[in-house]
Amino acid sequence: MQEITRPAKRFIVSSVSSDAHMWNLVFLQLLLEENGGEVTNLGACVPDQVIIDECREVRPDVLVLSTVNGHGHLDGLRLIRKIRSEPDLQDLRVVIGGKLGVRGAENVEFIEKLAEGGFDGVFESEGALSSFDEFLRGIGPTRRLGPAARPALEMQEAVA
Amino acid sequence: MTPAATVPAPAAVRDAASPAPVRRNRFSAFVHRAKDAGQLVVQPRMGFSRIPVMREGLLAVRGANAASVGTVTLDSYTRVNDHDSAREALRTGADLNGFPLVAHGPQATTGMLDGVTGPEFPLQVRHGSALPYPLFEAMVEAGIDATEGGPVSYCLPYSRAPLTEAVDAWSRCCDLLAAQDDQMHLESFGGCMLGQLCPPSLLVALSVLESLFFAEHGLTSISLSYAQQTHAGQDLEALAALRRLAGERLPGIDWHVVLYTYMGVYPRTPVGSFRILEESARLAVRSGTERLIVKTPAEAFRIPTVAENVDALEFAAAVADDEARFGKPELPTSTGLYEEARMLVESTLELGDTVGSALVRAFARGHLDVPFCLHRDNANKSRAYVDPRGLLRWAKPGAMPLPPQDLAGRRPLSAQGLLDMLGYNERRFDREQLTRVPSWSLT
Repeated sequence: MQEITRPAKRFIVSSVSSDAHMWNLVFLQLLLEENGGEVTNLGACVPDQVIIDECREVRPDVLVLSTVNGHGHLDGLRLIRKIRSEPDLQDLRVVIGGKLGVRGAENVEFIEKLAEGGFDGVFESEGALSSFDEFLRGIGPTRRLGPAARPALEMQEAVA
Repeated sequence: MTPAATVPAPAAVRDAASPAPVRRNRFSAFVHRAKDAGQLVVQPRMGFSRIPVMREGLLAVRGANAASVGTVTLDSYTRVNDHDSAREALRTGADLNGFPLVAHGPQATTGMLDGVTGPEFPLQVRHGSALPYPLFEAMVEAGIDATEGGPVSYCLPYSRAPLTEAVDAWSRCCDLLAAQDDQMHLESFGGCMLGQLCPPSLLVALSVLESLFFAEHGLTSISLSYAQQTHAGQDLEALAALRRLAGERLPGIDWHVVLYTYMGVYPRTPVGSFRILEESARLAVRSGTERLIVKTPAEAFRIPTVAENVDALEFAAAVADDEARFGKPELPTSTGLYEEARMLVESTLELGDTVGSALVRAFARGHLDVPFCLHRDNANKSRAYVDPRGLLRWAKPGAMPLPPQDLAGRRPLSAQGLLDMLGYNERRFDREQLTRVPSWSLT
């Protein structure tokens, strides 16, 4: 039986709890909308529980977290562990991108940790956008990628 | 001749012996002494999580060859009142992006500042918190000279807190400051609003409105802010409008103006980033601005080091001195910015009995509307664009009472279009480095 896929359509875009930056979120919304996506934009400094509640409410194809304040490796890890501990959100596709630490190029060391924590894609700074684009094109609407298939992560490591 | 040799000795400004004519907060007193001595006060953004590192950073800023004041920038956990996470990070040694003042506590903070700050080197805490009462209590206890923010400027761009809650919290904070014998100096962050793509008339209006809010709560030492945007002449017009409105609206208040070097996407080449800093220092001097908060070449990539901050301070001070001595007059644009800002201020004040309630109502009905701002209490119907001359203008006024805009030929904004506008200054100042085109016009 042939599998029919449609591109991911419904997105939640959000910052993490301590990150107040907004332009990254405005940009991601425009980008996803241009590609036919419907975006719920939660804005800046979103508490973990609000993100979890919104995911239950909206049932997005992908939760897209964007953070550039340097706390992403801390906030992101805490959040993804919470999300994955919720039985109904274990299969939700969740990606994170931005500037994930305060050490510039050395931030790449956080990528593995975040992926191990349960993210389906981790996009650090330079070159992250093209990797994110690849990721979006490679996914369908519902099924979560297995840990073996994380092209975005591998690409990112190659970039760094 | 080295740049250092052209800078008047900071000692002239550091001399606290000459009494100020009026009793002033020591932060403000330093700024006015510098102004009288013909010097621009320069200030970094700088925050480290550990006390010894923060103290070393402040000592380095104090030692800069410039009329410098100290900054302690707080971390993102403290900004959102997540002091437990800040304590946990201190315990485990995890990196924070600033100084967690509440987690360290007032005593440890006072200890850190002992022998560092004084009338000759006052200190400002910069924090970004929409609901900062616990922080304000800690700052009062620690005897901090100055801080900044505001009920709108730290709520809409940086927080999820409802605007009414932020207004209530800032009311209590201002009341707390007003009750102190030695009142803290308070700076409005209203001249920034997302750092870029907010037209100058709204920046000026918000800076004035927040200052009126502070004054309404009994604060007597205030600064009004403005962030460098995309066009030097337009910025000059904006700063003149800000000073004029402050003069009209804040009688009896000890006020000055602070300029922020560009807060948006920053040039990535070292020369490009020094050039945008240079333009901001010249703008500060030309506009009569008293204080400048600088950025560093590291800004586009990461949190700058202490040495990079000191370099930026000394560079800005040298440029400011050069401008004061040899600068040529520069004409502001004449776009009716003062009238537009005054209209926004006056029509907003009519919406409530207090400045706080007027601000809440104005945003609720889109009478004030920060372009692109995602906060739920912002209408987010207005849009701005950078025109071919580099002027930052309204594309869509939303429900704001602005003159009709010339919208002919404006297409819906694409993601790439947004990136292009966000990167306008980055391209403008990096261009010479990347393409070697000589003498690209800055205006």
